[in-house]
Amino acid sequence: MALNSFDPVAGGVGQQSTKILIAGGFGVGKTTMVETISEITPLRTEEVLSAVGAGVDDLTGVERKGSTTVALDFGRITVSQEVIVYLFGTPGQDRFWFMWDELANGALGAVVLADTRRLDACFPAVDFFEGRGIPFVLAVNCFDGAELYDPDEIRGAADLDALVPVVLCDVRQRESCKSVLIVLLKYLIRLSQQMPAVVS
Amino acid sequence: MTRSGHGQQPPGGPGAWYDDEAGPLVRPYAMTGGRTRGNEHELNMITLVLTVAAPTDGALGWERDEILRRCRTPKSVAEIAAAVDLPMTVVKVLISDLMDRGYVVSRSPVLARHLQNASFLQVVLDGIEQL
Repeated sequence: MALNSFDPVAGGVGQQSTKILIAGGFGVGKTTMVETISEITPLRTEEVLSAVGAGVDDLTGVERKGSTTVALDFGRITVSQEVIVYLFGTPGQDRFWFMWDELANGALGAVVLADTRRLDACFPAVDFFEGRGIPFVLAVNCFDGAELYDPDEIRGAADLDALVPVVLCDVRQRESCKSVLIVLLKYLIRLSQQMPAVVS
Repeated sequence: MTRSGHGQQPPGGPGAWYDDEAGPLVRPYAMTGGRTRGNEHELNMITLVLTVAAPTDGALGWERDEILRRCRTPKSVAEIAAAVDLPMTVVKVLISDLMDRGYVVSRSPVLARHLQNASFLQVVLDGIEQL
């Protein structure tokens, strides 16, 4: 047990956390992916975000205009005695989460889920992670009845960098979700090896 | 205390200010004594929290007691917020209080520069492959 190494004098918790974001358009399967792979029943939490630039001159509507509540579904994977990975499904209905710095900061990487019937729904998330420099893989959730596309065709349609992995998946299948995360981690390892060594 | 600011009782008694549109009678920040800050510990949504001591007098209130109970094994701020059904900003204030009183300790997430460390990434990869 990791807690055997817990040392109250040092004030250590024994485990350390990191996070992976699951993003994509509304209804593309983000919450299903979290449910499929999480070791706990997915949880939901809320955060109140300030809506920057919202009109505040009309006092009767201040609360509604000035802030918005964003709900987030998340799960957890204990990958070792030392490391817990949290999986956060980003809110799909609105784009307020793009302003949520705390959600994006410190993310290990991201999975952008796409549906070939509405490929453009994933573009805002792709733009966001590219802009933030957060590495991501594009995982195409193969819905029943959706035409199967070649990953390279999808890469072209989404105008992705040639290095960004594109995988087909079924988020209802545990092994499929696992393989998406494995592709992401292998991609992150490749990127880390291309970078100059960081002196810590 | 009402928000009328004049200390007057509303006509019809203390309950008359509220109707269905007023929302919950106890606003979330009432539990923090009105403070929205108190996050000097720089708690993050995935900061892990562990209970290291618990008072026996039970005077901390349901939310703080529940946090101490839940954190007997390490839990993230997000998990705690979900468990007590409060926004994370509110929960961070409560956890900061508990840290100040020495009841819980916290551990920050893996630092950004370590996220690009191949041996750390390999640990995560190995763990996922063994799921």
